[in-house]
Amino acid sequence: MTTYALHQAPAPASDRTGFDIAAVRRDFPILRERVHGKPLVYLDSGASAQKPRPVLEAMRHFYEHDYANVHRGVHLLSARATDLFEQARETVRRFINADSADEIVFTRNATESINLVAASWGGTFLRAGDEVVLSAMEHHANIVPWQLLRDHLGIVLRIVPIDDAGTLDMDAYRDLLGPRTRLVAISHMSNVLGTINPAAEIISMAHSRGIPVLLDGCQAITHLPVDVQALDVDFYVFSAHKLYGPTGIGILYGKSRLLSQMPPYQGGGDMIASVSFEKTTYKEPPHRFEAGTPAIAEAIGLAAAIDYVTGLGFDAIGAHEADLLAYATTRLQTVPGLHIVGTSPHKGAIVSFTMDSAHPHDIGTIIDRAGIAVRAGHHCAQPLMERYNVAATCRASFGLYNCRDEVDALVAALMTVQEIFG
Amino acid sequence: MAFDDLRELYQEVILDHGKHPRNFRHPPEANRQARGDNPMCGDKITVYLTLAPSPSGEDVVADAAFEGRGCAISQASASLMTEMVRGKTVAQVRALFENFHDMCTKDDALHGDHGDVDEDAMDRLQVLSGVRQFPMRVKCATLAWHTLIAAVDGGAKTSTE
Ligand SMILES: Cc1ncc(COP(=O)(O)O)c(C=O)c1O
Repeated sequence: MTTYALHQAPAPASDRTGFDIAAVRRDFPILRERVHGKPLVYLDSGASAQKPRPVLEAMRHFYEHDYANVHRGVHLLSARATDLFEQARETVRRFINADSADEIVFTRNATESINLVAASWGGTFLRAGDEVVLSAMEHHANIVPWQLLRDHLGIVLRIVPIDDAGTLDMDAYRDLLGPRTRLVAISHMSNVLGTINPAAEIISMAHSRGIPVLLDGCQAITHLPVDVQALDVDFYVFSAHKLYGPTGIGILYGKSRLLSQMPPYQGGGDMIASVSFEKTTYKEPPHRFEAGTPAIAEAIGLAAAIDYVTGLGFDAIGAHEADLLAYATTRLQTVPGLHIVGTSPHKGAIVSFTMDSAHPHDIGTIIDRAGIAVRAGHHCAQPLMERYNVAATCRASFGLYNCRDEVDALVAALMTVQEIFG
Repeated sequence: MAFDDLRELYQEVILDHGKHPRNFRHPPEANRQARGDNPMCGDKITVYLTLAPSPSGEDVVADAAFEGRGCAISQASASLMTEMVRGKTVAQVRALFENFHDMCTKDDALHGDHGDVDEDAMDRLQVLSGVRQFPMRVKCATLAWHTLIAAVDGGAKTSTE
C-alpha cells in the first residue's frame, strides 16, 4: 500500500533545518522496532515520548553501581544515591530556571502535581464561593482535581472560552478575572489543539489583580524553553515521560513563598522533621511534599533526559518541529475529507484531525497496520471534544525524532483509509 | 500492510451497517432503555427495547432500536444486533449475547454452551468475528450488547470498563 521505507533506505542526514535527524534517530533504540512487519512510525509523543539511550543508560548505571534508598543511610551507596537524586533536582531547577532547587517537588506525574496544589494550597486557602479559572482546552488532569475541590469546599469553576481555531479568548479571560478569583490554572500548550497559550500575558493579567497562576506544562515543556522566573509563574507542572524521560516521576515547581505556606499533601517517612505520637513537625519544602521512598532512578533518568534535550537545544528542536508541523499541516490537507482541529496561529507540533468517511478509532486501527502509532480518542479532554462537537479525533503528535518521511507514511496510510471507507 | 486482517474486520456488511445503521431511532413506545459509554473513546449509545408479553407469558422483544455515535464497528454491531434480537424471548437474547461475546473474545474451541441459540443469527453475526484479531477493538463490538443486557435487566447506565 505504501512504498515508504524508512529503514531500508538511509534516513536523510539532516532535515531542512540542519538538525542531524539521522543521528538523533539512532539515539532512540525503539525506532528500529517493526510493528505488523512495518517500520514503526511513532506519532504519539504527546501521550508519552520514547526514550533516548542516555536515559536508559543512566538508569541502568544507577541500578548497577549506585543504588540505595535516599536520605536514610550513613553508608556510601545511600550517600551516592542521595547526591544523584538531589543533583537531579538541581538539573530540573536549571532547566526551568527556578530560583532555588527547594522549589522543585518530585511527584509521580503532572496529575499528582496538580492534585497536590489543589489539595494542599486549595484546601488551605480556598473558601466557598471562591473562583478558579480554567480554560476550555484543559486535560482532565487540570479539571477533575478542581471539581473534587468544588464538591468539597463549594468553590466555583470559571471556564475561559476558545474560538474555532482553538485560540484562547483573552477578552473573555480578562472579564472572568473578578474579586472572587483566587487562582488561574491553564495549560501552557494544548495536548489536542497544539495551541500555545500566551502565558506571559495570562500571568501578568492575573498578577495585576494579585491572582496566582498554575500552568500545566505537560506539552509545552517538550517543545519550548520554559523560564519560570521570566514568566513569573506561581506553579508549573509537568511529567518526565513526555520529555523523553521515564514514567513514574513528575515535577511541581512552586514559588518558595507559596510552597512554604502549604501543609503536607501526604504523610509518612522522608517528609518529617520529628515525630512523636503527640506532635509531628514537618520538613521544609520540597521534602515536606515527598512522603515515602521517591522514584529515585526515575529522577536520575529525568536528569539524563533534560541533559539530552538541552544538549540538542531548543533552538534546533524548535526549528525542526516547526518544519515538521508545517509540512504535516500542508500534506494532511491533501487527504480528501480530512479536517484539522486546532488551527491557532501559535501552535506546537501536534495535529488533531477528523475524516468525513471514518471514525478516529477506525482510522487508528487501519493505520496501525501500516506501522503508524497515533492516538484516537478524546485525549482526556472531553469538554474540548464537546466544544468541537466531535466524540473523538485522531492526533499525530510529533517529537524531536520524527521526520518528513513519517509524515508521508501517515498521509499514504490515510489514503488507504479513504479507499476502504471512501 | 496486513491488509487481510483489515479486510476481515471491515467487511462490506460492516461498512454498510456502519454507514447506514438500521433501527437508528428512538421509538416512543419503548419500555426499556439503557445507556452505554465506552470511556476509552468517548463513544455513547442508547438502546431502546419494546418488550411485550408472549402467549407463553415470557417477554419477547417486539422492537429494538438504538441511537448514539461511535466507530464503524460499534455502529454496525448495534445495527446488526437490533435486527437479530427482534422476536426473541429474553432468555434467547441472553443466550445470543453470551455466544456473541464468546465469538468476539475467545477461540472457537473455547466457546461455552449457553443453551438454545439461534444459529442463523450467529451466522450473520459472524461478520464481526474479525475483532478477535484486534483486542483493542473488542469493546467497540460488545458495547451495544452490554447495553442491551442492561436494558433487559431494567435499564441503567452501563460501561465497557
Ligand atoms: C496537557 C496535559 N496535562 C496533563 C496531562 C497528564 O499527564 P500525566 O498523565 O503524566 O499526569 C497530560 C498528558 O496526558 C497532558 O497532555
